[in-house]
Amino acid sequence: MFEATALNRRNERVEWLWKVLFLLMTLILVVPVIIILSVLVYKGHGAITWEFMTEMARSGGREGGIFPALVGTIWLVGVALLASVPLGVASAIYLSEYAPDNWFTRVINLAIINLAGVPSIVHALFGVGAFVLFFRFGASILAASLTLAIMTLPVVIVATRESLQAVPRAFREACWNMGATRWQTIRRVVLPNAVSGILTGVILEVSRTAGETAPIMFTGAAMFIPFLPQSVFDQTMALSYHLFIISNSIPGVAEETKYGVALVLITLVLAMNALSIAFRVYLRGKKKW
Amino acid sequence: MDNPTDRHPLAIETEGLNLWYGDFQALFDVDLDIKRGMITSLIGPSGCGKTTFLRAVNRIVERLGYVRTTGSIEVLGQNIYDPKVDTVQLRKEVGMVFQRPNPLPLSIRDNVLFSHRIHRGKEKVTKAQEGEILEKALREVLLWETVRHRLDDRAVNLSLEEQQKLCIARLLPVKPEVILMDEPCSALDPAGTEAVENLMWELRGDYTILIVTHNMAQARRASEETIFMLLGKVIEHRATEELFLTPENKETADYIEGRYG
Repeated sequence: MFEATALNRRNERVEWLWKVLFLLMTLILVVPVIIILSVLVYKGHGAITWEFMTEMARSGGREGGIFPALVGTIWLVGVALLASVPLGVASAIYLSEYAPDNWFTRVINLAIINLAGVPSIVHALFGVGAFVLFFRFGASILAASLTLAIMTLPVVIVATRESLQAVPRAFREACWNMGATRWQTIRRVVLPNAVSGILTGVILEVSRTAGETAPIMFTGAAMFIPFLPQSVFDQTMALSYHLFIISNSIPGVAEETKYGVALVLITLVLAMNALSIAFRVYLRGKKKW
Repeated sequence: MDNPTDRHPLAIETEGLNLWYGDFQALFDVDLDIKRGMITSLIGPSGCGKTTFLRAVNRIVERLGYVRTTGSIEVLGQNIYDPKVDTVQLRKEVGMVFQRPNPLPLSIRDNVLFSHRIHRGKEKVTKAQEGEILEKALREVLLWETVRHRLDDRAVNLSLEEQQKLCIARLLPVKPEVILMDEPCSALDPAGTEAVENLMWELRGDYTILIVTHNMAQARRASEETIFMLLGKVIEHRATEELFLTPENKETADYIEGRYG
């Protein structure tokens, strides 16, 4: 009475086919990541030594270490964060908590989405025009970091706005009905519950900022400086740009060194992502609803 | 609040209150006198304007932006649409309890002290004073014994009944005059409903309670006066027993007999 009919069996076969198809697609997606990582580790691990990490570059990067590039990347990312996080979080708070829904806010939202779509090389040219030339910062960490900050602002804004909006509206209404002002509501209830999402967004932004090459190319990254930057007005080496240079501009750099730099860069980025995930899991456990 | 208002016999008094959401008129010429220290229930079919009326009393409807009102609402004899009225002060005096308990994502302690903290400004309050305020509020809502040993637990882990009591408790430290309740028991089981109704009787006298309910049995059990509304108009407003036993109006009679709902 309950045996499968021909139709049932056909449906089951079709069901199976789709499942396998989707699984294959997923695997295709993962395979390149695994291959890239394995090749980098296989070819680059030999270059990773204590000296490689802590010494100045010599002979255009053919010898010595990548210490100035590593430090430079940290500078660039740090200054970019100082600029983009306060700006991004503040504007997201305005857009999500204060702004009325009218044409003006919609134009701002549209602008943010478009800003996210601007190619990084265009940001680079904007950075040259605005920060290097107009504000006369010259090619410097400041100019490069501000360029990076503008590029990553949409990420911060969108991440912040989404985490603010994930806080249930009922909490806000409860506060307002007790006579809390918007700011009291934001500070005491909304922000503490949105902070995990905001931090995740910020850390993801860090990893993206660390890897970008184009925006810093004309605005503050130097091919080769055998000392560390002393202030934000100095030029600096950076891992991403260093990799770009030793790969196509400086002859005679050992393969192993190139892969080594790439490995350091990707490890940095992945470590940041891992940190962000761990942080999110930790803060989620602390959420109070 | 100044003292002259203490003698005022009416908690809420409205005259010719009309309210529009955009083009839609939700309240028509509402004239109501709600007595101080009493429990008054608002009944009527969905969409009759009872929740709108409730939300007009602490002016929270205005958050919507496209709301327009004419006429007057006086709380303790003061017109709340007077330009001098600050909505923060008004909402401190007129607290609201919602259909679904909505404790804040904080500890039990922080929930109860929340409104007190936001309203006291820079005034110095010691831990001991806060402890007293906390205990008093939780005792008033009959919750102290249940939660005294876990004041730092998350409020959302309480049962729904306890959460709803907590939502009432957090209004008390700022000593409100009126507590508005918007179907406060509809998310609760019968035992929880009974507990909250008992609590309302405990609070009666010290606070004026205005409760919106869909449950006529509840209005009957837990209020002294009842207001029946229909399509944005007040149809009948009388002592609860009278309204249910001898309704003067045909619409009221039909509604309480369940001919429409």
